[in-house]
Amino acid sequence: MTGTKAAAPATEYSAGALAVRGVRKVYQGSGRTVEAVRDLTFTVGAGDLACIVGPSGAGKTTLLKCVAGLLAPTSGEVRLGDARVQGPPPGMAVVFQEYGRSLFPWMTVGANVELPLKQKKIGKAERAALVAQALDSVGLQDAPAAYPWQLSGGMQQRVAIARAIAYEPKVLLMDEPFAAVDAQTRAELEDLTRSLWRKLGMTVLFVTHDIDEAVYLGERVLVLSASPTVVMEDIDVDLPAEREQLTTRALPRFAELRAAVYGHVQRAKTFHSAAAAAGAGDRP
Amino acid sequence: MRVHQRADTGRPPALSPAADRPPDPPATAVPAPAAPSAAARLRAVPDAALGVLGIVLFAAVLELLPRLGAVPAKYLPPFSEMLGALGDELGSGAFWTALLDTVEGWAYGLAIAVVAGTALGLVIGSVEVLRKATASTIEFLRPIPSVALIPLAVLVLGTGLGSTLLLVVYAAFWPVLLQVLGGVRDVDPVARDTAVGYGFSPWARLRHVVWPTTLPYLMTGLRLAASVALILTVSSQLIIGSPGLGSEIARAQSSNAIPRMYALVLVAGALGVCVNVLARALERRVLSWHTSVRTEARA
Repeated sequence: MTGTKAAAPATEYSAGALAVRGVRKVYQGSGRTVEAVRDLTFTVGAGDLACIVGPSGAGKTTLLKCVAGLLAPTSGEVRLGDARVQGPPPGMAVVFQEYGRSLFPWMTVGANVELPLKQKKIGKAERAALVAQALDSVGLQDAPAAYPWQLSGGMQQRVAIARAIAYEPKVLLMDEPFAAVDAQTRAELEDLTRSLWRKLGMTVLFVTHDIDEAVYLGERVLVLSASPTVVMEDIDVDLPAEREQLTTRALPRFAELRAAVYGHVQRAKTFHSAAAAAGAGDRP
Repeated sequence: MRVHQRADTGRPPALSPAADRPPDPPATAVPAPAAPSAAARLRAVPDAALGVLGIVLFAAVLELLPRLGAVPAKYLPPFSEMLGALGDELGSGAFWTALLDTVEGWAYGLAIAVVAGTALGLVIGSVEVLRKATASTIEFLRPIPSVALIPLAVLVLGTGLGSTLLLVVYAAFWPVLLQVLGGVRDVDPVARDTAVGYGFSPWARLRHVVWPTTLPYLMTGLRLAASVALILTVSSQLIIGSPGLGSEIARAQSSNAIPRMYALVLVAGALGVCVNVLARALERRVLSWHTSVRTEARA
């Protein structure tokens, strides 16, 4: 496995590095226990952009919530930099799939972006500058006075992204953020995500069920098995840093990577039964 | 661009009786066919005009029934006589004092009920242990009719404003409390995760997430409570005899001033209409962002 980029070799303990170690999450229902995540271990170097793909129901959202500090893992730990994540850490922002529910409809776009900064006790002038800058970088400089529900879905998700980057996170977590927008908007938002990542240099962990999206966006693709989840594959995406919807997707290397990830995801669906049949242990 | 007037979507389901909301006006003008059908012609009449027409018809029926001898005029005087008595009332100081007493009892009682119901609702709703511990008690206390407390009120507080307030507060408190409890429970998990993820303090979550989520419920509770409070203000005055419209109605009845009694009943009804209109105006103002009020930019 050649996970981290050459640019960030010794950054495992630097501020934006994420380390997930032996994370297991068991949901205790009434008389029913569900092991959603069995054993997840991986690291994402500071400033890396890693995509997580897996079959549906693979516990991707559970994993992301554990990383975000919104859920406590049953065992194992998540570390951000050299601190253990025990609640939502200050240097982390999450972009959810459900932008319509994540943005507050009772506030204008500007107020939505500003509110987390107020909670961070940032001064008024600096807040205004951060809000303007963030809205500008997602192409919504004219929208601060509008309400989120007056915007299209894609624009609403841009607002959510602006809110996240105005917060100046070291780590940006994105939970299937573009699953609910149309294909064209989706392509635009993918390019926006990559350009923001390259400009701001934060660590990005991007969860998706879309293999094309994972290969196109990521510097790395982690393939999860079906639930109970383990990391099955860790693939380095050696595509040029400058990506473009048409040309990048037309590269032979893109097709190879896509086929490889696709194969792994197919295998992921039957990973546990195959492993059991082969008499192998928990992880090959 | 078409502007969509959303009806009740997304608002607390069981709590907002859709029936008392006027039907949406037709969004776009119907292209008029060469010979408009009866239904199309009826639709062309604005709702407000139909409403006025209904009232005029009702007044005409009230006028004609006693005049034609269908009901004894002694018990149901013609509408014009009620209006005449109402005119006399409007010129008398005692009437205005009674009206003010009623409005005062209603306003104080409603204010106390809303403040108490909201505060308790937010606290109980936010603490799961409290919510579970109080649920059965609330279900027991809530259905007790306020008027059943009249003997208690008179015994403890006499026949003044205090008794009226007790009954009004008791009746108006429950709709507010239940609505607020429902609102607090309705906080969207994604919105909550967003707030927690951005490090909002518990106070900031209450102020910026729980409170705005609860507001539409509170507005429904307020509207229900406002009507209930008025009913209870008038009935307690009527039964206990504390000063106000209710006791004036009782006095008019006992002194056989039947048109005056009806005039006062009409005033009580008009007061109810005003209360409802005010509550709706407030609701629209406060909830301009809510799906029940806002007009979407696009479909």
